[in-house]
Amino acid sequence: MGRIATIARRTFLIGSAAVLGGVAFGYYMYRRPPENPLEDDLADGTVALTPYVLINANGITLITPRTDLGQGAYSLQAALIAEELDVDIHKVNVDPGPPSPAYYNTALSHEAVPFASTDDGIAARVARGLADATLKFIGLQITGGSTTASDSYEKLRIAGAVARETLKQAAVIHTGNSIPVDRMWTRDGHVMLSQSGGDGIPYESLAEIATTIEPVDQVDLKPKSEWRYLGKAMERIDIVAKSTGRQKYGIDLQIEGMVHATVRSNPRQGGSMRSFDAAKAEGMPDVRKIVPLENAVGVIANNTWAAFRATDAIEFDWGDAPFLHEQEDHWQALADSFTEESLDSRNRDDGNIDDALASGEIVEAEYRAPYLAHAPLEPVSAIVLVEEDRLEIWTGTQIPGFLVVKAAKLAGVSEENVTLHVQMVGGSFGHRLEDDYVMKTVELALAMKGTPVKMTYSREEDMRHDFPRQIAMARGQGAFLDGRINALDLSIAMPAVTISQIGRQGLNLPGPDPVIVAGAWDQPYGIENYRVTGYRADNLAPVSSWRSVGASTNSFFHESFLDELIHAAGADPLEERLRLLSHEPSRKVLEVVGEMADWGSDPGPNKGRGIAYALAFGTPVAEIVEVTKTQEGIRIDKVWVAAEIGTLLDPVNFENQVKGGIVWGLGHAMNCETTFSDGMVQQTNFHAYEAMRIYQCPQIEVRALENGSRVTGIGEPPVAAAAPALANAIFAATGKRIREMPFNKHVSFV
Amino acid sequence: MMLTVNGKDHDIEADPDTPLLWILRDVVEMVGTKYGCGIAQCGACTVHLDGQPIRSCSYRLGDINGEITTIEGLSSDQGLHAVQEAWINEQVTQCGYCQSGQIMSAVALLSAIPQPTDEDIDRAMSGNLCRCGTYPKIRAAIHSAAAKLARS
Repeated sequence: MGRIATIARRTFLIGSAAVLGGVAFGYYMYRRPPENPLEDDLADGTVALTPYVLINANGITLITPRTDLGQGAYSLQAALIAEELDVDIHKVNVDPGPPSPAYYNTALSHEAVPFASTDDGIAARVARGLADATLKFIGLQITGGSTTASDSYEKLRIAGAVARETLKQAAVIHTGNSIPVDRMWTRDGHVMLSQSGGDGIPYESLAEIATTIEPVDQVDLKPKSEWRYLGKAMERIDIVAKSTGRQKYGIDLQIEGMVHATVRSNPRQGGSMRSFDAAKAEGMPDVRKIVPLENAVGVIANNTWAAFRATDAIEFDWGDAPFLHEQEDHWQALADSFTEESLDSRNRDDGNIDDALASGEIVEAEYRAPYLAHAPLEPVSAIVLVEEDRLEIWTGTQIPGFLVVKAAKLAGVSEENVTLHVQMVGGSFGHRLEDDYVMKTVELALAMKGTPVKMTYSREEDMRHDFPRQIAMARGQGAFLDGRINALDLSIAMPAVTISQIGRQGLNLPGPDPVIVAGAWDQPYGIENYRVTGYRADNLAPVSSWRSVGASTNSFFHESFLDELIHAAGADPLEERLRLLSHEPSRKVLEVVGEMADWGSDPGPNKGRGIAYALAFGTPVAEIVEVTKTQEGIRIDKVWVAAEIGTLLDPVNFENQVKGGIVWGLGHAMNCETTFSDGMVQQTNFHAYEAMRIYQCPQIEVRALENGSRVTGIGEPPVAAAAPALANAIFAATGKRIREMPFNKHVSFV
Repeated sequence: MMLTVNGKDHDIEADPDTPLLWILRDVVEMVGTKYGCGIAQCGACTVHLDGQPIRSCSYRLGDINGEITTIEGLSSDQGLHAVQEAWINEQVTQCGYCQSGQIMSAVALLSAIPQPTDEDIDRAMSGNLCRCGTYPKIRAAIHSAAAKLARS
């Protein structure tokens, strides 16, 4: 391990240095390090050694800016800092910190450029560098894209190391320069002064001195072999609180003097409110106040349920949906958008697909995937207090930076006067990339100045206003020759997901929407004639990122259709994928999962195995599903998963994320759809949206591979390959090819 | 009316139609019991009424005739319940929002069937949704709690 002298400064700059001529001046300007946001508000004797470590006489606080949605982000971020800082994560405070450009997400930009994650060429690196600078400009402190691990891996360890080395310098001063720094070392929150140990000086006692010196900018990171926390099974910092009912989520928070409230807005997302009559609601027990809002009505009550009941008693005259009203029209809009005018991108066009499809045996198929609600178990909520020119907000969010800007604008206060307290979230899956519920609460609180208003969506309100996963349709054509795939042409139509989503933040994305073809064009298959085309469909419902985003539909299309081709060619689904893949980490996950499941062996009567592979968010993952055909329907017996993540940072969390991703991917593929009638979502509670319950949950065996050169995330990738692996297994067991989600439209599950 | 929660009496002033869940959360201000669906489909609000698991979102305050135990009442000064210890040892939780309800259902299951099979677990726990997908860990934790309770 060499000395990485400049890296500490680079932490707060940009991951990869792309040198360009002719780029806007702004690019260079934005590469200046953002200011440390913790320095604005420091009490005497408190030192913020980096934007991630805060120390005073009372203790050590690690700042973990990526929101914990249940994926264990706080624990992982804390462990990365703690490993270098040399503290026990169970003995320090962990705080998500304030929204700040210092916490921008570099790794997210790597998904936003038109280069495959396997592409390390100069053009790809330059594009990523530019996207990084842009992200920094708009201060995207976003939790998403499975980026917490990859974005934090270097930054947070360096932050911990900078703090540790600076504390050692402070200890030199503390000891009156009597001991040189190279004799000092650290252990469990103490700077040790001699090899023999002794008690050492607690970091807290060095905070005062540390405020007077410049943080060091040359640090060594520990080699993996010396890690005390990372790579080992860690106890999550929230495990006890979450097993005893003591964990407070946003919905649980109580603020002195708070009132309860809910909001009802047009069940046709984005539609207007022409009028309402609240006469019946006004006299109901426990109801305090009816508050007209923009295209919505809020009810303030003594308890949340009284507010729910009162909104049910209000008579509304709602406007029409600002998008196609009926589900069948949504499908038709997709079918109609495979045209030149709607062409969005063609990032892959290898060989000569038209020639290849002109001869030989052609396979054709059409695939469909519906809208899907995120429906995390904690319905969205927020508490807002408006006081004169100040705004205080308590809520769970993946987009703290955007939220502050928008709330300030809505309330007519300056952004500096908005204080946001990010709360623990009871699941998100992308739902909290939206902020409608917070803005509604700000509106309510503006009508209740001086009183904190806690606004909770009912489950029904949550699911009616859950900007869902994209609906999508794909058409595939392919050909084979001598038992080998030699042509695959996949056309995908869906709404522009990124543009829909960032449009709600007042932003636009020039050029193609990367989500439309994500998980399809970027798969590293070396098919001789290979084309992937994205088409943008208009007038559809507003949509958002849903765990695994574009890959949640496109991996199903791509891997199922590829499987069809392989079967038509008479090839083996694992062998043929290996033949087509030259990307070594991808080959490896397939080989390993094949060994885990003993692929090729006879699964037994009425059983079938399906395999699928995906490269999603930079993580190659391969999955095998085994099903049994029973009298009552399909039973999913077992799932094997191998994923390449570069470096395994937390084995327990890895296992939980992968198993959770499989349950998520399978459950929704089997059992869920969100459909519209008269512009309204039809599935508004869990009776109509069950996903997977425990009785349908298979055994799941997982393995992490560490062959890759960079750390990648694991929250989303396993979702991508789950649906196609199941569809391929059902085909193997029954001969029936399922080309539409949810699968329970075509087969029964036990 | 009087409501006994975790052995303590509370004098509640509220509309008797109010579901027990919201009395617990917004009136008694014990928020370990969670709101997920309001129609007894997700199990996040599971509490015990005289030891039997019920969905508190679907019981009117006026209909409660018995003692309520919530997740807060499961552990005592002597320590955590064996099911909670198993939940911690197996590191079951992810977002954790459903887990109060899961744990209350699991405790009730083990009172009824001290050594449950996977089928028993699936039957007893199918009313509790987990969106994060912790089901494999829930099965493992229930088995390990059962083993521990059998030893004690």
